[in-house]
Amino acid sequence: MNKNYNFAFLDEGSKREIRRAALKAVAIPGYQVPFGSRELPIGRGWGTGGIQLTLSLIGPDDMLKVIDQGSDESVNAVNIKKFVGLCTDIETTTDTRKATIIQTRHRIPEIPLTNEQILILQVPIPEPLRVVEAREEVTKKMHAEKDYAPMWLQLYESLVKYKRVTIASEYPCMVEGRYMMNPSPIPKFDNPKLHKAECLYLFGAGREKKIYAVPPYTEVVSLAFDDIPFEKESFTGKICRLCGSADTYLDEVFDAQTGERVYQCSDTSYCQEVRSRAAR
Amino acid sequence: MAYVAVSGGKEAIEESIRLLDFYKSGSDKDVDVEAIENKMSLLVDRVMGEAGLYAKSYAALALKQCEGSVDEAVFLLRAYRSTLTRNYYTNAVNTDEMRMVRRISAAFKDIAGGQILGATYDYTHRLIDFDADGKQASVQARQDLIAAQTPEPVADCPRVSDELKREGLIDRCSRDGRPPCDVTVNMLEFPAGRSARLQTLARADTGFISGLAYSSLRGFGQVHPTVGELRCGYAELCIPYPPDESESIYIGEILITEVECFHEADDKDRLKLAVGYGAVFGRNENKAIAMAIIDNELEHGGPHPAQDEEFVLMHGDSLEMNGFISHLKLPHYVTFQSKLDAVRKTRKAKDE
Repeated sequence: MNKNYNFAFLDEGSKREIRRAALKAVAIPGYQVPFGSRELPIGRGWGTGGIQLTLSLIGPDDMLKVIDQGSDESVNAVNIKKFVGLCTDIETTTDTRKATIIQTRHRIPEIPLTNEQILILQVPIPEPLRVVEAREEVTKKMHAEKDYAPMWLQLYESLVKYKRVTIASEYPCMVEGRYMMNPSPIPKFDNPKLHKAECLYLFGAGREKKIYAVPPYTEVVSLAFDDIPFEKESFTGKICRLCGSADTYLDEVFDAQTGERVYQCSDTSYCQEVRSRAAR
Repeated sequence: MAYVAVSGGKEAIEESIRLLDFYKSGSDKDVDVEAIENKMSLLVDRVMGEAGLYAKSYAALALKQCEGSVDEAVFLLRAYRSTLTRNYYTNAVNTDEMRMVRRISAAFKDIAGGQILGATYDYTHRLIDFDADGKQASVQARQDLIAAQTPEPVADCPRVSDELKREGLIDRCSRDGRPPCDVTVNMLEFPAGRSARLQTLARADTGFISGLAYSSLRGFGQVHPTVGELRCGYAELCIPYPPDESESIYIGEILITEVECFHEADDKDRLKLAVGYGAVFGRNENKAIAMAIIDNELEHGGPHPAQDEEFVLMHGDSLEMNGFISHLKLPHYVTFQSKLDAVRKTRKAKDE
């Protein structure tokens, strides 16, 4: 820990301000709370919203896990852990079950999280309506009036044109039937994990200066029409080449030696757990 | 397999930093931070302005640390700024009182207080001086320059716009007494107040707002403004004296460039002049002029990019634009897999 900086880098006043924004976000599920996002020594757009939440929430007894694309070893995850380590003495882990705070980019871990855990998601564009309306001034009004028609229309147009909803990741959902929310660029595969979960989900967008939350047991429903159900990514007939799982989100990998296309779990900690269970 | 699928991100980063240290070392000669601070002052000014932190020696240190990259230096200063507690807010500065080192008007030949050409590259021929390399910075030559100067008494300078205000050609705005918005602790909301707009523009990337101002001059805006006044000088900063707030203490001075530019504007069935305002740290004249143009374009509004408040104010921050652009280099395996899935599914449906 570098003694030149305050514990968890930010000054105490800034941390308190961020916690207050997070509390407000918990009180109004799915609503984007504006906050005075601080500049960090890590690129703005590289997870600074998530890091600010982590820094303001973390205490000496916490156990931190950081993942990127489901992996603990990704350069970005390693870099964030290194930064947190520079300004705290927090222990880190790769074990999803042991962590009290998990910061993640683009994935929700495969195993369900508990009421003792907080999952912090990094968000590039918090506004779900940005794809249909470029202006913040307008989207703010749309949320206030619960005017989500342009988004539904986009879904419908996609159906007409391609016979299916073609939104890939960042699939919008309704929170407690009130606010439309961008679940961050997680795959559709992870959207159902937000629904009535035991853990607290916090979303931080540093560059866009917004914090929002899905508190435990909140209803989160991915947008879908009555006759066209919500559809996740499918990996039919494919299994993880390392652990054999057939029910996880898979990364497509080209084997450099054979040129073959193979698949493996994107959640590396889960994959490891399945393998060590099998070895026992 | 790329760097996420394999373990070893930590070692990769360490090696990358080692290589960076080698690139940074560059040659056996070291660069003195004092030399960067004083011989690269326009670069230092630009970095301080875009960082929103007036600290010459830190800006020079930051530039040394990042091979002279403006955006990296701004990044370093901004991150450092986040760790500082704000103890005081200065009183509003009256720039009529600033110690001027340069002052020009493109609107009038004779202005009260006079024009001072000061130091400018405007009238130099941009010929590379091949003797500049290798020539020892002569201490004597510098001393001679200093000795040849004659001190002038400092006199307050009214603004060019004051006279036009008296004549009724420019609107007078009354003070509303509201504290200015601080975009560094509050999220910018729209429509933005003028103080939020000016603060955002003052910190904006020089290249970004210069390009936007240029677009407005070329026809994507109100076209040709007149620089009513450009002044560059030292402004004194004072803070309220803690035991007795009616008193104030002088804490130092900063070098700034301030610009007012005039546009024609409608005043019912007549015309009047509208003023755009720009002020930046140090000697960064084109940025100050660009800022004044954009300030007026945003006040005026209209269909062009430079007149669109959200477009202009949301996309000019060096840290934000460079942060988001550079994040594209991070792995996007999960989201791309999801995109692939969506694309393949639509093709499969067609084939059936």
